[in-house]
Amino acid sequence: MPILENLWIIPLLPLLGSAINGLFGAKWSKKSVNIFALGSTGLSFACALEAVREFLGYFETVHHGYVKHFVDWIVAYNDLRIAFDLQIDHLTVVMLLVVTGVGFLIHIYSTGYMAHEEGYYRFFAYLNLFMFFMLILILAANYVVLFVGWEGVGLCSYLLVGFYFLRHSAAQAGKKAFIVNRIGDFGFMLGMFLLFRSFGTLDFQTIFNQAATWPPDAMGQFGTLTIACLLIFVGATGKSAQLPLYVWLPDAMEGPTPVSALIHAATMVTAGVYVVARSHVLFTHAPTAMYVVAIVGCATAFFAATIGLVQSDIKKVLAYSTVSQLGYMFLACGVGAFGAGIFHLMTHAFFKALLFLSAGSVIHAMGGEQDMWHMGGLSKKIKITYICMLFGTIAIAGFPPFAAFFSKDQILFAAYNLPDAGKALYAVGLLAAVLTSFYMFRLVWLTFFGEKRYDEHHVHVHESPLNMTLPLMILAFLSLTGGWFAAPSLWGGKDYFAEFLSPVFGVAEAGGGEASASLEHWLSVVAVAAALAGLGAAIWMYNKKVERGTSTGLHKILYNKYYVDEIYQATIVGPLVWISRKLLWKAVDEGILDGVVNGLGTGARSIGDTLRHTQSGNVRSYAVWVVMGAIVIFAIIFWPILHPALFGGAR
Amino acid sequence: MSGALVIFFVLAALAVLGAVSLILQRHPIHSALSLILVMVSLAGLYLLMGAEFIAAVQIIVYGGAVMVLFVFVIMLLNAGEEERTNFSKLATFAGIPLALALGGIIAAAIIRSSGHLPPPAASGAMSSTRDLSKLLFSEFVYPFELTSFLILVAILGAIVLAQREN
Amino acid sequence: MVPTNYYLILSAILFGLGVLAFVFKRNIITIFMAIELMLNAVNLAFVAFSQALGKADGEVFVLFVIVVAAAEAAVGLGIIILTARNRRSLNVERVDLLKL
Repeated sequence: MPILENLWIIPLLPLLGSAINGLFGAKWSKKSVNIFALGSTGLSFACALEAVREFLGYFETVHHGYVKHFVDWIVAYNDLRIAFDLQIDHLTVVMLLVVTGVGFLIHIYSTGYMAHEEGYYRFFAYLNLFMFFMLILILAANYVVLFVGWEGVGLCSYLLVGFYFLRHSAAQAGKKAFIVNRIGDFGFMLGMFLLFRSFGTLDFQTIFNQAATWPPDAMGQFGTLTIACLLIFVGATGKSAQLPLYVWLPDAMEGPTPVSALIHAATMVTAGVYVVARSHVLFTHAPTAMYVVAIVGCATAFFAATIGLVQSDIKKVLAYSTVSQLGYMFLACGVGAFGAGIFHLMTHAFFKALLFLSAGSVIHAMGGEQDMWHMGGLSKKIKITYICMLFGTIAIAGFPPFAAFFSKDQILFAAYNLPDAGKALYAVGLLAAVLTSFYMFRLVWLTFFGEKRYDEHHVHVHESPLNMTLPLMILAFLSLTGGWFAAPSLWGGKDYFAEFLSPVFGVAEAGGGEASASLEHWLSVVAVAAALAGLGAAIWMYNKKVERGTSTGLHKILYNKYYVDEIYQATIVGPLVWISRKLLWKAVDEGILDGVVNGLGTGARSIGDTLRHTQSGNVRSYAVWVVMGAIVIFAIIFWPILHPALFGGAR
Repeated sequence: MSGALVIFFVLAALAVLGAVSLILQRHPIHSALSLILVMVSLAGLYLLMGAEFIAAVQIIVYGGAVMVLFVFVIMLLNAGEEERTNFSKLATFAGIPLALALGGIIAAAIIRSSGHLPPPAASGAMSSTRDLSKLLFSEFVYPFELTSFLILVAILGAIVLAQREN
Repeated sequence: MVPTNYYLILSAILFGLGVLAFVFKRNIITIFMAIELMLNAVNLAFVAFSQALGKADGEVFVLFVIVVAAAEAAVGLGIIILTARNRRSLNVERVDLLKL
């Protein structure tokens, strides 16, 4: 099994592509850069396919995940052994195919989108570097290697969001992304430390095998596992943009659109969901943590949807949509439906990437315009983009037979079935679904229908080239068909996707037979009705000549994202900066440290100033000093003779 | 009181007198003459102790050469009476106590250890000149040669220093 | 015989007087003479010890001291002549160029 034994080749290929492009690409033509960038990612995808094939064959005989030990990295006496281990199991298979597949499509798209940009080679170098780290993250067999990938994708996010670094807002956004991520990473690290302390290792297999034998914590009890899970979830909050650490994602739209598609829709932000799913053994032993995850996810889903209702920048709408959909994934994990969460992750990757890339196509067509209030009536002009975007929107709204219908449905059903708070979670989730449908169709109407609100002389609307529309079409196809794995369960058949993941997550969460099946049917009907409601409201409001109104009252609050950024600035960022400036800089650094150092200098000088008076130039004074010295020497020499007599002792 | 003791006290008194006079005189030539007095009395004391050679050397070299040199220099530089400047407060206040302390320490040490010295040998028992020369040319021959070198250097130095500028 | 102590005490007294002169006199030549006085006092002590111990070593040292004193007097007086020419004064307190 060549690939399986050399799993490292899958992440290494993009790394090579990144290194070559980064070091040499500045002087090359776009074609050469493309060869390395697309070639490495494509090869990686091919290797991933082969690895999946080999793994499935391997699993037939061995029935557990494949772990390959490579090099020992940190060896501290006998307490800490961390190695570059990679593993592959069914969950990894899903993630691997999504990351490499969608990644490859986005690389192809970028060759068209970024064709006129400065720093073309740099973009692909960063993009490949991102692929490397993401693959490390999902192939990792222990928390530390995962964290390496985790940090690395954060770094690449910074690099890519701040790609147009000459723009101040882009640089600020890059910093914000990295710093807010860091806050989450701190929680993640604390979680890792706690896990190490409890289990003595950070290896997935070992921890999960051991933890499975532990008794679960009771609800409300903050045992070790609960605290560790909560800390890891803090990290996931940062990386996957949930409350309260979501603020970087909308700002991250400063980056080029392919970046938004790849990193902030399909892959990096899903790393948090992946970690929670990977640690499901720990989470299922910590019901309090699961509750927290579910509530945060649900709240975020609703919260972000409300903000997305009124945004005017096409990418910002999609950004808040991403935050909202990630909330759904965490809701799924929180209620124990890990498989459903991963399913939604996969379908979301398809349709969100599709939506972002289509938006990029629109922006490209409009010559860089991103404000929807300056668009309108584009459906006839850019047909392919319009159709693809429509596919994506129908998918996200949750209409069957498109992909998200199945995944979102599973999540809401699992939420509904949760004892105690399940109904409330379901209600909020359903409401968020209505809002989702509404604002996505609003986006479509504002952009593609109605009167055109731009000046035709300045903007020449043109369809995108093939290297951009081909990935769109592939993703549109996947958005349609991606959910069909689970479709048979609707009419009593098997849910193939859940079955595929069952070696990881255990047998499917849904139990209960006939009554629950019909409940599920009813709930799916309600979900479709919700989507229709949203669609109807959007048509009613926007299928006419519309103008941007003034923003007042509730609209103003939503448009300004509940002023969360301003609140953070005032309560956290502002005081921190104040402390850094006034306290640490002025008081500590200048006052104390400089003061000590300068004080030593000044002190030495003043001592010298005092002592110089001995150098009076007067020879007679010097003579006196000589005599004094002579007295001291004599006293020392004659001391044995003098001192017994001084005290009157015997000789 | 043996004769030796009397002579000792007389000579000692003369020496101390000369030293005190050296301090108290205002004109350097008077101080020079007082120093000559001190040296001659010391030569007498050496004779009393039986060190004839040293006594002779003292008179010839010290009294006859060094002091003559001093007197000549005083004449050359036309040294007058001492100026009464007093710029050094330290010397004014600490001078006498320190000098007394120094002398006191030495004197105290001497007195405290007086029991340890062997009694003086009879004056003839130490045959001075012959023993002295024996020692000088055997054990101390190196320092002896070096001192001759030293004198050469001193001569050269003195000549170079005192030349008139051309 | 005169006890050695007496010579030593005399030597100490002369040395102390020499120190006094060294500190209090202002004429540079007089200070030199005070140095000679101190050297003489030391010579006396050496000869006294030499007599007390019956060896001639002390006298040898006295010879060396006399030689060195003579050489030093010669060179020193040469320097005094030079400084006196430059500064036009024999007052040691007027030579304060090393003042900070």
